[in-house]
Amino acid sequence: MELTLSIAIGVLTGSGVWLLLRPRTYQVIIGLSLLSYAVNLFIFSMGRLRVGAAPVLGPDGLADPAGFADPVPQALVLTAIVIGFATTALFLVVLLAARGLTGSDHVDGRESR
Amino acid sequence: MDWSRHLLIVPILLPLVTGAALLLIDELRHSLKALINLASTLMLLVVALVLMRIADGVPDGSEALSLSYAMGNWPAPFAIVLVLDRLAALMLVLAAVVAAAALVFSLARWHRAGPHFHTLFQFLLMGLGGAFLTGDLFNLFVFFEVTLAASYGLLLHGSGAFRVRSGLHYIAINLAASLLFLVGVSLIYGVAGTLNMADLAVRLPEVAPQDRMLLQAGAAILGVAFLVKAGMWPLCFWLPSAYMAASAPVAAVFVLLTKVGVYVLLRLTLLLFGSAAGELTGFGGMVLLWGGMATVAFATAGVLASQAMGRLAGYSVLISSGTFLAAVGMGDTAVVSGALFYLVSSTLTTAALFMLIELVERAREPGADLLTVTMEAYGDEVDAEEDDEEEVGVIMPGALAVLGVCFGCLALLLAGLPPLSGFIAKFALLTAMMNLDGLGSPTDIPARTWVLVALIILSGLAALVAMMRTGIRTFWAPLEVIVPRVLVVEVAPVMLLIGLCLALTVQGGPMIRYTEAAARSLHAPASYIGGVLQPVAGPAEAGAVAR
Repeated sequence: MELTLSIAIGVLTGSGVWLLLRPRTYQVIIGLSLLSYAVNLFIFSMGRLRVGAAPVLGPDGLADPAGFADPVPQALVLTAIVIGFATTALFLVVLLAARGLTGSDHVDGRESR
Repeated sequence: MDWSRHLLIVPILLPLVTGAALLLIDELRHSLKALINLASTLMLLVVALVLMRIADGVPDGSEALSLSYAMGNWPAPFAIVLVLDRLAALMLVLAAVVAAAALVFSLARWHRAGPHFHTLFQFLLMGLGGAFLTGDLFNLFVFFEVTLAASYGLLLHGSGAFRVRSGLHYIAINLAASLLFLVGVSLIYGVAGTLNMADLAVRLPEVAPQDRMLLQAGAAILGVAFLVKAGMWPLCFWLPSAYMAASAPVAAVFVLLTKVGVYVLLRLTLLLFGSAAGELTGFGGMVLLWGGMATVAFATAGVLASQAMGRLAGYSVLISSGTFLAAVGMGDTAVVSGALFYLVSSTLTTAALFMLIELVERAREPGADLLTVTMEAYGDEVDAEEDDEEEVGVIMPGALAVLGVCFGCLALLLAGLPPLSGFIAKFALLTAMMNLDGLGSPTDIPARTWVLVALIILSGLAALVAMMRTGIRTFWAPLEVIVPRVLVVEVAPVMLLIGLCLALTVQGGPMIRYTEAAARSLHAPASYIGGVLQPVAGPAEAGAVAR
């Protein structure tokens, strides 16, 4: 499981970085999205990978903490997803505005010669 | 808990409530919105001043130099706390002063240039207040994002192709930096198991040697994220264009954004990797020192090379950042104290410069924003013509003279010449660097200090040369004299900021005492930690054992 997750994060990051460095605004935004997925998975993995462990204590109170997953990274991921989603949406608006104003989808607003 | 504790949350709540309330008011009622915004910003300034008094009132020798405020009333390491100490209070006051000046400036006409200016302005203040006060790493991320989200909107304020294009770059870079921030924070959490800064400082020395590498990687990635915001070379190429593209009042508040980056670096470096950090002591110090020097060198060349005044101001921001970062990298108490004084002085100066530039550029050519770009591209001045734009208000007699005097003062401040505070700031900084073991005692000054001293002095010279060149071109030898139409509300904030620099000169003694006390408490992380964890020492220890 560790290997699968690591490869997934690696592939997402690699593709994200490559797309981020491309000249088209659409590629940049997809790259940023992929990067944020990778980062979210990465934060999640920092709580250690557990299968079948609940992050919330049951009604019977404090059992052995070792039987539970760390809830903090999950909460962090949730926050990061919300913030990432909002900023990406905002970026999309700016991208469309730039396309409309400059007539080009190049990140510099004009084709490089 | 007495009432004054609750003041800690006011710098966050007040702008949040005001900003949200402003959304409900119709966009056409400019003056009402402006009035509410102004009242809220001034109230914030008052609260910040009270907080500064509270922070300064703590006796120097006491254990806990910081006040903490548990937002959910959970004991400290388990939930988010706000922490007030001298440094945080100083930054809050600085932010409120610059924001108030920029707001007054914008009332002349900029606040009508696009929708939701006042709301975004308040949200930006909320993010700044939160970032200065928070004692939790992830919460810091949230406030950073609040600040940045508001800044994206503000950068685009006024619209136009140039702003949108620069905004695109600015947003892309900051989003990427935020992702680095998240990676750094989660790595640190993965190793240390806490996000509370004070708790982190306690736990870092106990991190197992095999995990230390991972921790250092996390801290380094986190540092890179802040360095992007602070504009350290080679992560700073976005800054001059973005700041030049922003409308004048927005650029003035943007000066504060780079200060958030350097503030966090100062706080975390000294808290986490201070003298008590064992093996990790001094981690990253050399990077900050050399990186700061490279920034100063790069920005010095940039200042000399810039034709447009906005770009010149952008590079001045970089000089300020670079000098401060290098001083933080030296890590000495007296140097940090001088650097804090420099930070205050240079922030006021650059903010005033951004606002003055717009006024001065009216004297050169109308529609300054776009023309500066063409001038940059073709190296050619476009013929000046009369400003036909309608201005309502008093036309100042001798407007050009007033602008000229302000410009001269700012040149002195940037160059660090007497009699203004730029001189005192650089003097404090350089004296501390040359006398690391205290005044008068013989010191072996390392070569890197000489390099830094030379760079700081050269950067001042370069700023002076560039400002004089621009000043002569604008005030003394224009092809065609145009008396700019300048409103009183536009000059007043610039003069206020310059006046504050003058006050800093006159009141240099008390100010230096304050920054010295702030630097001392920064170098004794135990006092910060004590203020956060002391009230609940029992549970904190229990938590440490459970892990």
